[in-house]
Amino acid sequence: MAKVIAGVGTSHVPAIGAAIDHGKQNEPYWQRFFAGIEPARKWIEKTKPDVCIIVYNDHASAFSLENIPTFALGVAEEFEPADEGYGPRKVPTVKGHPALAWHIAESLILDEFDMTISNQLPVDHGLTVPLSIMYGQPEAWPCQVIPFCVNVIQYPPPTANRCFQIGKALRKAVESYPEDLKVAVFGTGGLSHQLQGERAGLINSDYDMAFMDKLVSSPDGLAKVSHTELLREAGSEGIEMIMWLVMRGALDMDVEELYRFNHVPISNSSYGISILENKK
Amino acid sequence: MREPRDYDDIPGTYVFDGEHSRKGYHLNMFCMSLNKEQNRNTFRENEEAYLEGFGLSDAQRQAVLERDWLGMLRLGGNIYYTFKIAIYDGMTMQHAGAAMSGNGTSVEEFQQMMITGGRPIEANRSKSEQHNNIGDQ
Repeated sequence: MAKVIAGVGTSHVPAIGAAIDHGKQNEPYWQRFFAGIEPARKWIEKTKPDVCIIVYNDHASAFSLENIPTFALGVAEEFEPADEGYGPRKVPTVKGHPALAWHIAESLILDEFDMTISNQLPVDHGLTVPLSIMYGQPEAWPCQVIPFCVNVIQYPPPTANRCFQIGKALRKAVESYPEDLKVAVFGTGGLSHQLQGERAGLINSDYDMAFMDKLVSSPDGLAKVSHTELLREAGSEGIEMIMWLVMRGALDMDVEELYRFNHVPISNSSYGISILENKK
Repeated sequence: MREPRDYDDIPGTYVFDGEHSRKGYHLNMFCMSLNKEQNRNTFRENEEAYLEGFGLSDAQRQAVLERDWLGMLRLGGNIYYTFKIAIYDGMTMQHAGAAMSGNGTSVEEFQQMMITGGRPIEANRSKSEQHNNIGDQ
């Protein structure tokens, strides 16, 4: 049977992708960051998930205001990097896992989570930057990927609790799939940042740390956080942090945090990464 | 106008709710069009002519042409959409952040603020807190 073997939480700041694509890793601005993610890269190289389900948000790339799905699942054979205005990132095409993705879509809908199903889904930095963070610059991504897209741009996004609950249903879906597959779930976005308005540049590191602590120890309590608290404390774009709760919902209540690293700033954001495994 | 909401007192923040989205639909859909290289090239040839096809209000059109980043937000823009104009202009998020700070902050000052830990949350949680803070000084 397929099994959720780990959860990865990571920010998906586009500047990280640009730094990798343009070879800036050794510049002073980036050195501490790239040293800090090295243990995460070693971990995934050793763990080798067959499939990564990447919970992310689209940033006006695949979806515009024409259609705004709250939760969308990519079921295609492959997903091309999107043109976000710079031309597409020169990263490998993302290979999907249509059989598992369709199984998950059916299971979630029958569990009363009304998914949008996407056969056409260009993927932007929200999905490709986490892959670059974990895998660097391979010729081909060493895992299959199922994009799990959450609306966090149009208010209101799903509640934190809805994200946590859909994570539980996601695990149930994965672990009822008959093939032996190691599946990692990525929750991406955040941490605190605000890109817009007179409050642009907001960072709240204390809040980020408390969020990451509670994510490990009391996710059910964390799932009660309101949108207004997140907008206020983590910034208007920091509300992306709800997506980490999808990942957390797919794990046991008791988890071990294998690795954590934080860095401020990356562009206008507070960066965080956390690797979680179920306690044996 | 919709009823007051609890996030209305967060300072310097334009929550992209239904009312905001309705107001900004055409502006944001114009921004979305800049995802296509061919459209970026057409926009570059003649910005005013390109904007004609998108149904923007006069104020929105003016804000785009003047690169009035705060103005675009106030007229219903969403930062992920309006930032596509900044990308087109070759600007970074720090340029946009400095411009939106609304108090003459330079790009260098904004970058420096980020490197030293970002804009602090203290005195920036609510409009009343900001007001009190100003009063205290």
